[in-house]
Amino acid sequence: MSDTLVDYDEILTRYEPVIGLETHVELGTASKMFCGCATTFGAEPNTQTCPVCLGLPGSLPVANAAAIEATIRIGLALGCRIASWCRFARKNYFYPDIPKGFQTSQYDEPLCTAGHLDVEVDGETHRVEIERVHLEEDTGKNLHVGGATGRIHGASHSLVDFNRAGIPLVEIVTRPIPGTGARAPEVARAYVSELRDIIQTLGASDVRMEQGSLRCDVNTSLAPVGSLEWGTRTETKNVNSLRSVERAVRYEMRRQAAVLDAAGRVLQETRHFHEDTGSTSPGRSKEEATDYRYFPEPDLVPVAPDAEWVEKLAAELPELPVARRARLQQEWGLSATEMAWLVNAGALGLVDATVAAGATPADARKWWLGELARRANDAGVELSGLAVTPRQVAELTRLVAEGTINDQLARQALDGVLAGEGDPAQVVAARGLAVMGESDELVAAVEAAIAGAPDVVAKVQGGKVQALGALVGAVMKATRGKADAATVRRMLEERVVGS
Amino acid sequence: MTAPVNTDLTQLDAAELGRRLAAGETSSVELTRAYLDRIAAQDGVLGAYLHVDAEAALARADEVDAARAAGAELGPLAGLPVALKDVFVTEGVPTTSGSKILEGWRPPYDATVAARLKAAGTVLLGKTNMDEFAMGSSTENSAYRPTRNPWDPDRIPGGSSGGSSTAVAGGLAPWALGTDTGGSIRQPAAMTGLVGHKPTYGAVSRYGLIAFSSSLDQAGPMARTVLDAATLHEAIGGHDRCDSTSIDAPAPVLVTAVQEGARGELAGLRVGVVRELGGDGHTDGYDPGVLDRVRETVELLEGMGAEVREVSCPAFDLALPAYYLIAPSEASSNLARFEGMRFGLRVGDDGSHSLEEVMSLTREQGFGPEVKRRIVLGTYALSAGYYDAYYGQAQKVRTLITRDFTSAFDDVDVLVSPTSPTVAWPIGARVDDPLAMYAADLCTLPASLAGLPAISVPCGLSEGLPVGFQVMAPALADDRCYRVAAAVEAALDAARGSRFLDELTRRAAA
Repeated sequence: MSDTLVDYDEILTRYEPVIGLETHVELGTASKMFCGCATTFGAEPNTQTCPVCLGLPGSLPVANAAAIEATIRIGLALGCRIASWCRFARKNYFYPDIPKGFQTSQYDEPLCTAGHLDVEVDGETHRVEIERVHLEEDTGKNLHVGGATGRIHGASHSLVDFNRAGIPLVEIVTRPIPGTGARAPEVARAYVSELRDIIQTLGASDVRMEQGSLRCDVNTSLAPVGSLEWGTRTETKNVNSLRSVERAVRYEMRRQAAVLDAAGRVLQETRHFHEDTGSTSPGRSKEEATDYRYFPEPDLVPVAPDAEWVEKLAAELPELPVARRARLQQEWGLSATEMAWLVNAGALGLVDATVAAGATPADARKWWLGELARRANDAGVELSGLAVTPRQVAELTRLVAEGTINDQLARQALDGVLAGEGDPAQVVAARGLAVMGESDELVAAVEAAIAGAPDVVAKVQGGKVQALGALVGAVMKATRGKADAATVRRMLEERVVGS
Repeated sequence: MTAPVNTDLTQLDAAELGRRLAAGETSSVELTRAYLDRIAAQDGVLGAYLHVDAEAALARADEVDAARAAGAELGPLAGLPVALKDVFVTEGVPTTSGSKILEGWRPPYDATVAARLKAAGTVLLGKTNMDEFAMGSSTENSAYRPTRNPWDPDRIPGGSSGGSSTAVAGGLAPWALGTDTGGSIRQPAAMTGLVGHKPTYGAVSRYGLIAFSSSLDQAGPMARTVLDAATLHEAIGGHDRCDSTSIDAPAPVLVTAVQEGARGELAGLRVGVVRELGGDGHTDGYDPGVLDRVRETVELLEGMGAEVREVSCPAFDLALPAYYLIAPSEASSNLARFEGMRFGLRVGDDGSHSLEEVMSLTREQGFGPEVKRRIVLGTYALSAGYYDAYYGQAQKVRTLITRDFTSAFDDVDVLVSPTSPTVAWPIGARVDDPLAMYAADLCTLPASLAGLPAISVPCGLSEGLPVGFQVMAPALADDRCYRVAAAVEAALDAARGSRFLDELTRRAAA
């Protein structure tokens, strides 16, 4: 079953998109939301569980203060109002991955409300209004065995891993975002990217989309141009990368436009995004809304953050990405375009850390946007996924600046670092990569080159000084690149031209 | 104090047993064996217990005796047997909450109160019968069997902690823990002639108490005397970081209050008699004998120097409907975890049923009719479009009831009433009439809804059956309940020349 799609550029001639995003962020607290269990990712199934997060009869939750603090800091970073008193609520529904038969969440009393986040796309700023930021617990994870691709259809049985159950989850919900026009997909992506950077800066989560610690639901609707009412929205789940956020919005716009063009009705439903095809397919219909029978969680006392404490948290927020970008752009003397490259390459933090470790901004940028970007691309990983730290990159640039190695040797040293052979200086020592001084070995290599090419020597001595390059090349080859080319040239000149 | 009429260990109170243990006049093994023998002889008829592990109890008793013999520093409770209502989870010991849906489940952890009693050196005799998930006032809603009242085996022992009340009154345990959501400690205590106290909400940990209604449930002591109840309460009370609704305040000193009360020191105590609970114009459904005993007890207090006045709490008339919206609403959510996936019963897991069907079949077969009735009621009350009219409105009534208490306590120190409008009724008399069953909790519901401490102390007989006198106090003033109850107990014991339960011992001997 494949959807009919409208050409993207054509959509905007007839329709206006409205988007909205619900983002779930697993907090990086050491323990779970309502019990003391560890939250380490990737542990053996059901080893990080206890009576509380398994929902055993008699168990009771106790709220994690660190999670409440992290949520308030996220709210503050988004300019939200922080509730002076609010409660958790029970969201009641049956599913094997929710051990209590309800999810402890927040309903009509979220911890943070009414914030905003400005995102920039192609030099234009879009204000995204934040409706609410609330705290809840994650569910367990179902594993369907025996069917194709781990889906429930066709599976012979299902297993549940409760390690994830009860990990603190912050939900950040935007208000509907109108007026983005053709840039709707990019705005959605930029919003998630900026949100991710903020939460990373706050140290509240490792925000790794591929591990599910940041998950996005993307709402998309289309309305005829000039219409006073918004269209019916779909909610697309399973959007697990920034690129997918953009693609999901784009796909839904194209699909919905085709439905509307054919005088059809867009169904209010949950859809699943497919990474491989970039398409969405229908999930459960929301036409008949589930009644979650929310009511205030009687097992938890209300959360009442002290106003002075909240003020203190606000005062202690770290420099946020937007301010940091402005400062670094100025400090490094970059144009807006150069800065945008850095940011888009995901290199800003890495370059900053490399500069902090002693490299010049120019060297740091050169390495991360050049050699390292190439290698990341070849390996199919993000820059941050390379097995080299900013400190090691700074050390490489220092070794080059000191003349211990040249650029070519530096690339070999990087090979060693990426291969896990240690820091650059260790690799240089172990692999014997240091530039050769005016040693007997080098003198011998220079003299051998002169002796081996009398015709070239004659040309040089006859006035064709540029022919000397062939002799330099021969010496470099003989020393396997370890010699310093300038030194070699000077030694050759002394012997050939000067005599 | 009067001398016990019987030398049978099982007819003694826990304070006396503790004294004998400390003095080396008896051992924990001897004591435990005495109770186990009596359970073996009588529980077939009485049905107080759902689970007894004689071997484990004796092994534990032997351990405590050995520690004592080795000169270990032991607390005052060390070696004393105790029974726990089956609503408390106990590590490795079957726990059912009176329901088939948990049949065979052995919890991997101890409730905080169970752990505290274990740490105090008590010996667990067994787990007592109860209305399924504590929903009931007669223990007839147990999925396993009814429990009989030792005063009259054809009558109910009250509920939902009826297994605990029968165990203690019948000499099958020196004392026991119960839980009280709308009266489930006080009412069975009243029906069987025990002292039963519902602590201030949050004063005793709920961790490991299988939840019925989270905002109302409280664990508390059921005992032969006020002193025993206070001693047991002190052992289980106090802050627990595993229960976020647990009050982080120093536990009140209760035993001292009992001693003061027993000396009859009530001069200046202001006692309010609640008109809405059996007073003028509110006597429908009350046994005249119950009202007589309560009136006599009030006069007794007056005689000890208390200032008595009538107090009106109009919102109490709304307590019953409010309770039967709030408790089922919370229960409908609390019981959602019983779906056959992780523990207990699972029905239909034969490959021919879907997940939803397995959940549904498990709940269909695992829950009894009263539990289903309340789940349906609660689900309805929380539904979109009905929430405000039912759950929301009930919460407002709750606030009004709390206000009535607050203004009453501006003028008086304690409020008193009957614990139950009637004495124990015949088994089966109300099973087909849920509303009549619910009415049994009329007097106990207000303190539950307001989260206040309330005690029931025996105040005499009506039609040959025990009558309970209820004393309610402001939050965290549990000591007042114990002080007044101890005064009542001491005065009545003195007038009678014997302990209240001695009457039962005499009848059994006759």
